[in-house]
Amino acid sequence: MRALLLILALIASPVFAVQPDEVLDDPALEARAREISKGLRCPVCQNESIDESNAPISRDLRILLRERLVEGDSDEEVVDFIVARYGEFVLLKPDAGGANIILWLAAPGMLLIALGVGWGTIRRRAQARAEEPDSLSDAEKKRLQEILRS
Amino acid sequence: MITELGHFALILAFVVAIVQMIIPMIGAQKGWRSWMAVGDTAAVAQFGLLSVSFAALTYAFVVSDFSLNLVFQNSHSSKPMLYKVTGVWGNHEGSMLLWILTLALFGASAAWFGGNLPDRLRARVLSVQAAIGVAFLAFLLFTSNPFLRLAVPPLDGQDLNPLLQDPGLAFHPPFLYLGYVGLSMAFSFAVAALIEGRVDAAWARWVRPWTLAAWLFLTIGIALGSWWAYYELGWGGFWFWDPVENASFMPWLLAAALLHSAIVVEKRETLKSWTILLAILAFGFSLLGTFIVRSGVLTSVHAFANDPERGVFILMILVVFLGGALVLYSLRAGAMESKGVFSTVSRESALVLNNILLAVSAFVVFIGTIWPLVAEMLMGRVLSVGPPFFDAAFTPFFVGLAVILPPGAMLAWKRGNLGRAVSQLRYVLLLALAAGALTWAMQTGKSALGPVGVMLGVWVVLGAAFDLWSRSGRGMVADRLRRVARLPRADWGKFIAHAGLGVTIFGIAALTAWQVEDIRVAKEGERFDVAGWEIELRGVERVQGPNYVSTQAEMVVWRGGREVTVLRPEKRVYPVAGMPTTEAAIRNGFLRDIYLVIGDPQTGGGWAVRTYIKPFANWIWGGAILMALGGFVSLSDRRLRVAAGAPKRPGNAVPAE
Repeated sequence: MRALLLILALIASPVFAVQPDEVLDDPALEARAREISKGLRCPVCQNESIDESNAPISRDLRILLRERLVEGDSDEEVVDFIVARYGEFVLLKPDAGGANIILWLAAPGMLLIALGVGWGTIRRRAQARAEEPDSLSDAEKKRLQEILRS
Repeated sequence: MITELGHFALILAFVVAIVQMIIPMIGAQKGWRSWMAVGDTAAVAQFGLLSVSFAALTYAFVVSDFSLNLVFQNSHSSKPMLYKVTGVWGNHEGSMLLWILTLALFGASAAWFGGNLPDRLRARVLSVQAAIGVAFLAFLLFTSNPFLRLAVPPLDGQDLNPLLQDPGLAFHPPFLYLGYVGLSMAFSFAVAALIEGRVDAAWARWVRPWTLAAWLFLTIGIALGSWWAYYELGWGGFWFWDPVENASFMPWLLAAALLHSAIVVEKRETLKSWTILLAILAFGFSLLGTFIVRSGVLTSVHAFANDPERGVFILMILVVFLGGALVLYSLRAGAMESKGVFSTVSRESALVLNNILLAVSAFVVFIGTIWPLVAEMLMGRVLSVGPPFFDAAFTPFFVGLAVILPPGAMLAWKRGNLGRAVSQLRYVLLLALAAGALTWAMQTGKSALGPVGVMLGVWVVLGAAFDLWSRSGRGMVADRLRRVARLPRADWGKFIAHAGLGVTIFGIAALTAWQVEDIRVAKEGERFDVAGWEIELRGVERVQGPNYVSTQAEMVVWRGGREVTVLRPEKRVYPVAGMPTTEAAIRNGFLRDIYLVIGDPQTGGGWAVRTYIKPFANWIWGGAILMALGGFVSLSDRRLRVAAGAPKRPGNAVPAE
């Protein structure tokens, strides 16, 4: 029984995200590799980057991008290399090309629209306020006196 | 037998909900009191029947009745009792039943505590609430019935997903549902108000506690989920911008906006139609979240019911309710006349800005979440939108919110003086800048994230504290302290919740900026150094759990030659589900967590080991707890419990003009 459980444990054991044997000796290069791998999506997982994924293909990609870095590629060249093979699906931060510009402009655009509408509302309310007399009318003053006396 | 009773009660609840949907609405239209009163009885009856149904399902899980298909697929006889019970909602059908039960609970609460509401409004609210119930009960009964039997009961079950066998995740769904579904009350009130064509301070006073309750439960639910991800997934991430996380985050943002704008409606009778729109959208996003989780249109680590047929059904519910409410809104919103006026610089304007930032940030999350779907359907581009996008597009909104919060919260209603608010806050501002500068000087050659986080955290927390203090009037410190203690609970709630936001902002920035990671192969008996901490891998052994096998490492943490703690990270395999999980071992601390993970044995001997030093990690959830606590404190304020529309009690601490 123990042996069976041991076998089970070994078969199903997870391949752990970044493995010690993948880590590059040069810390600066390794830091770049980590930064790149955080921005690339594991092609077979549910919304995980290759940096955190346990899938074998992610390991292959991590090793591949480190090889490119060691060869002297720049960060963009490495990313382009992988996108050319796996498609833009692997980019966790989509580029702003084509219709993606809508995605990138959505935040500032919507903010401007909202600020415009909000400003309009505030102005309208403020104007309505300006039309309202600040001081009390004579009738109101008289009524106030009555209330205070009673 | 008990199962059949549960099934029967569910069908009966469906019928009751149909009655509750139709009769009170007609009664309210025609002014027939007896018809309106049906709503109260039906709401309570519906809740009772659903409780029976839920209890029956729970019973089947507790006794491991594998003749029920659902129990067979999601339970196992050797599972600990806690997870047998929580397994009831660890699956699509059972969680949907819990969702509906929560919905009925809110409906029944409106009947129980709504005695001081106008009859007509209450009848309409209950009717709209029942309409939502009817839609989801139909969904449950016709597409995902939890009470289906198996002709030949198997000997044992297939076990619950091991990731869900965890205390953090066990209670994550109930809190989330209390939040999601709690927003249905705001929705029902909004639709009822549109039908009546009238929104006033009393309405807002009714909507606000429900929204606040929903928001604080959502806060707890999201925090539990994030905490779970932190310790369970094995690398200490706490937020992934996953579609399902976003699905819970969007209603949270809109609920936060709604509870602020409802204050404006209550106190100043303005921003009415915007508040109604927010109430509709907040629940609309809850429904959207339900759709995202249960249809599987967006790939996600959470998706647990990828069934197109169910997806289409929920999409129809979403279209009918959100579309219907928005059509009603476009017809009736014009009738919501605003009364209160305010000048450009005022608390009202500050809250408008708060609402703009929260609503647009929710929109950003929304567009990022659905963009892959849009791109694929309209342009045939298969792409991903992940954390780097959200970090870049979303963060500025919360920085903005944190910056405007302290002065905005101190502005007077109607007509404020920004210069005075800022000059009152000058010491807080100086302290925040000094703390930021000090942090900048102390950290070596890193990003601006840490110092900015410290600055914003100090600014928001001290700003909130100063706001509370400034309400104590003038005089001796002792007198002021006494008066601060006697301030209304709503003021204390505001302080606690705002301070919580500051704490969370600081925690996220600090953890992201200063985390240290170490990945290496360690042999048994070997010691290594990580950021001033020495870690020793003492040994690794196999341990047999109740329904899993574990590889457990014993690791000792040293600091300056002194033993700090012994940690036992594990790697578990659940044989029945055939799934491995990592169980990180964490030494929780006020200033930092030490987070250890054990990996695979290496061919050359030794084990893969990951060590993280995570500074201020617990502040993230501590802040969330504070936010929820602030909500509770505010809810307990007398003002929210007194009859709606009753005169305000004297000494109400609204700052004078």
